[in-house]
Amino acid sequence: MNGDDQRWTNANLALACFALDPAGLGGIWLRARSGPVRDRFMDGLYLAVQDRNLRRLHPNIGDDALFGGVDLAATLASGRLSRTEGILSQPSVLILPMAERATPGLAARLAAALDRQDGLSLVALDEGAEPDETLAGALADRMAIHLDLSDLALGDAPPLAMDPGALAEARALLPRVTLPDTAIAEIAEVAHRLGVRSLRAPLFALAVARAAAALSGESEVDEPDLIVAVELVLAPRATQIPAPAVEEEDPAEPDTPEPPDTPEDSDENMQPETLPQEILLEAARAMLPPDLLDRLEAGKAARAATGSAGTGARKKGNRRGRPMPSRPGHPGGEARVDLVATLRAAAPWQPIRRQASGDADRLHIRVSDIRLRQFEERSDRAIIFVVDASGSAALSRLAEAKGAVELLLSEAYARRDHVALIAFRGDGAEVLLPPTRSLVQTKRRLGSLPGGGGTPLAAGLKGALEMCLLARSKGMTPSVALLTDGRANVALDGTASRTRAAEDAALMARALRARGVPGIVIDMGNRPAPGLNDLAREMGTPYLALPRADARMLSRAVDGALEPAG
Amino acid sequence: MTNAFPFSAIVGQEEMKQAMILTAIDPGIGGVLVFGDRGTGKSTAVRGLAALLPPIMAVAGCPVNSARAEDVPDWANLKDSGLIEKPTPVIDLPLGATEDRVVGALDIERALTQGEKAFEPGLLARANRGYLYIDEVNLLEDHLVDLLLDVAQSGENVVEREGLSIRHAARFVLVGSGNPEEGELRPQLLDRFGLSVEVTSPTDIDVRIEVVKRRDAFDRDRDRFGGAWHADDMALRGKIVTAREALAGVEASENMLRDCAELCVALGSDGLRGELTLLRAARALAAFDGAASVTRDHLRSVAASALRHRLRRDPLDEAGSTTRVARQVEEVLG
Repeated sequence: MNGDDQRWTNANLALACFALDPAGLGGIWLRARSGPVRDRFMDGLYLAVQDRNLRRLHPNIGDDALFGGVDLAATLASGRLSRTEGILSQPSVLILPMAERATPGLAARLAAALDRQDGLSLVALDEGAEPDETLAGALADRMAIHLDLSDLALGDAPPLAMDPGALAEARALLPRVTLPDTAIAEIAEVAHRLGVRSLRAPLFALAVARAAAALSGESEVDEPDLIVAVELVLAPRATQIPAPAVEEEDPAEPDTPEPPDTPEDSDENMQPETLPQEILLEAARAMLPPDLLDRLEAGKAARAATGSAGTGARKKGNRRGRPMPSRPGHPGGEARVDLVATLRAAAPWQPIRRQASGDADRLHIRVSDIRLRQFEERSDRAIIFVVDASGSAALSRLAEAKGAVELLLSEAYARRDHVALIAFRGDGAEVLLPPTRSLVQTKRRLGSLPGGGGTPLAAGLKGALEMCLLARSKGMTPSVALLTDGRANVALDGTASRTRAAEDAALMARALRARGVPGIVIDMGNRPAPGLNDLAREMGTPYLALPRADARMLSRAVDGALEPAG
Repeated sequence: MTNAFPFSAIVGQEEMKQAMILTAIDPGIGGVLVFGDRGTGKSTAVRGLAALLPPIMAVAGCPVNSARAEDVPDWANLKDSGLIEKPTPVIDLPLGATEDRVVGALDIERALTQGEKAFEPGLLARANRGYLYIDEVNLLEDHLVDLLLDVAQSGENVVEREGLSIRHAARFVLVGSGNPEEGELRPQLLDRFGLSVEVTSPTDIDVRIEVVKRRDAFDRDRDRFGGAWHADDMALRGKIVTAREALAGVEASENMLRDCAELCVALGSDGLRGELTLLRAARALAAFDGAASVTRDHLRSVAASALRHRLRRDPLDEAGSTTRVARQVEEVLG
């Protein structure tokens, strides 16, 4: 079967299951860029849930809109308290576009709302371009169906047809669908072997299996329904490729002669017990995303906290930090009203407003008078270590460089900085660790970093640049620490040429400088490489030869150099 | 939420359940931190716990659940002070709650519409005499963490802002949960939690099947499932109430104190909070077991929960604190 067709068929099935019991399934996590395929999917969704309340959220939605709040305009005009109703207050299907931009705060609030189980469900449209730009894990775990329609051709995605009548019938049947006892065990075991650790997943799989049974008009969950459940719920969550169980191999293969010592009576029982599980796993294997391992890395990264104030550059906010002059605006979300400034703004108008309204007893405040507090806070700093792990570096002082990075790491821990790790060797660069605060993880990755191969310096810098841009888009302030011996000999396109490698490296260095990324170049060679000093000049960063046996001095120097300007 | 998953129906996770029961017996132990994977029943246990706690007597309408009429803060402007029975409050502190919502603030609606200076109590007020639950506590904004540290320490919430000067009691058991992969917790906040437990997804396939079965049964028919476990929950509540009464009478001999101290010295835990919590937890456990005095067995079963988060920690040290505690317990207690 064509893989793309299969994805679209599954999407269709997922929508039908979701339409039967949106709240029970929690929601759909759709990973696809905005485009005609996604539009077709959304058309299908609207058809499927047309009898339900649909609400659209946005990633920066405030608490007022979510939970309701004071309707300031109406309150001020009438002089009586008037409230608005929040989106989460009534059962509905919520649609969250740009879900990858949702803050941990919003994710936590929505997760809590889904946990309440009072009829809310969520369709998260994740438009993440990079593997580590993705929906918050807390939310993804609470949504049954995970779909990935990225790169699906429009030709493979014909318009979806939903039959409201059939859906209504299936919905009526759903509460009566029964589940054989073995199904629970099978699903739990398959989940376990796919490395799905959360226990919500098997529960969602059972709910999907019930919905699938109801869709096909059955009143009991059967094997095809379980396969649907595995494909829609368990396979996308897999963290490992299931090893074929050795003892179950034999009964699964029809042409293998039965082992003669198998007792006759257990033979009958063995088949139905072990066979479905293998079939389910087979279904899961077919649906496993090809970039499974990449995703695992990304998944860890995306959960990195973007929580608290750090030591990076300044940005304006309205919650905390040093106070700045207040500005007019509408209160809501996290903004706080500056009462004194508001009254000051309203004061000159009092006589006129009293005359106009004829009410002389009360203070007349209009929405336009409201002033909001503004604060200046510092964003999180992300230090990106770009480590040369080529053969020449390994020969010289890779171990010492690792030691220096470790020292910097413990300092980063004290300052609550995020750290990221990129290594380059052979013919390319590899992101060992996207920005994270988990230093144990960083240290482990660093320790197991092998050395050897050419020196693709340009590729390393390119990786650093990409990560810088990503970190900035998440509101962090990145800086780059490059550790290399400077003997670049692999160009960006992978060819082994010293001159082209040096040119490419200079190009990338200039690109970094153009983006205003602060950094430092640390020479870990046995003898200082003159070319590296030039590279540092191109990058606009200080150059530092790794001091012998004094990693502490290095750490001080780096710390000074990475301080963001301004 | 109509009814929560019954606490006694939670499969496995014995350490987490024990820790929560202990804080219910002696709130002075000071809270539980649950760290572990997603979907392991962390929130389920907290919500189940709420149903398990005996109700409290509080002044009707009091925003801080005062037990006596003279404790009601004057800003509450309560007319009558009759006592009513109400469930022990279990308050959620959502991530990204504003400072105003947590500590309370000037009631802007009333200020603007009626020109009155009134205080609008926050979550800390509502959590007084109960539980404050923070999911994903390691993602909490630092400025909120600072606030909580201060209040959890003093048991009093002081609001000095926008021309208000208000203080009210805020004694609560802090329950936090989170996933350590997403970020670490400041040591200062770690220390405020009396007990900490690590939960992992059960790897035993039969246990997993049982979990799924029970949850599925619960989702299918909440009332019936709740009814089936109601007796167990009530029995547990009865044991907690009995243990609370017995708590004061539980003896802790000189030798036990010595054991506590030796264990903490051997582990190099900071300050004396480790010893105190260890002893309190062991005493609560003894009361729960109906024992007349604390024994080494009690110490042994609470040592990991009480101490693992207090070890002086090298951020780059990979050895799990749990194993370190277990090793020392083995050495000191034999």
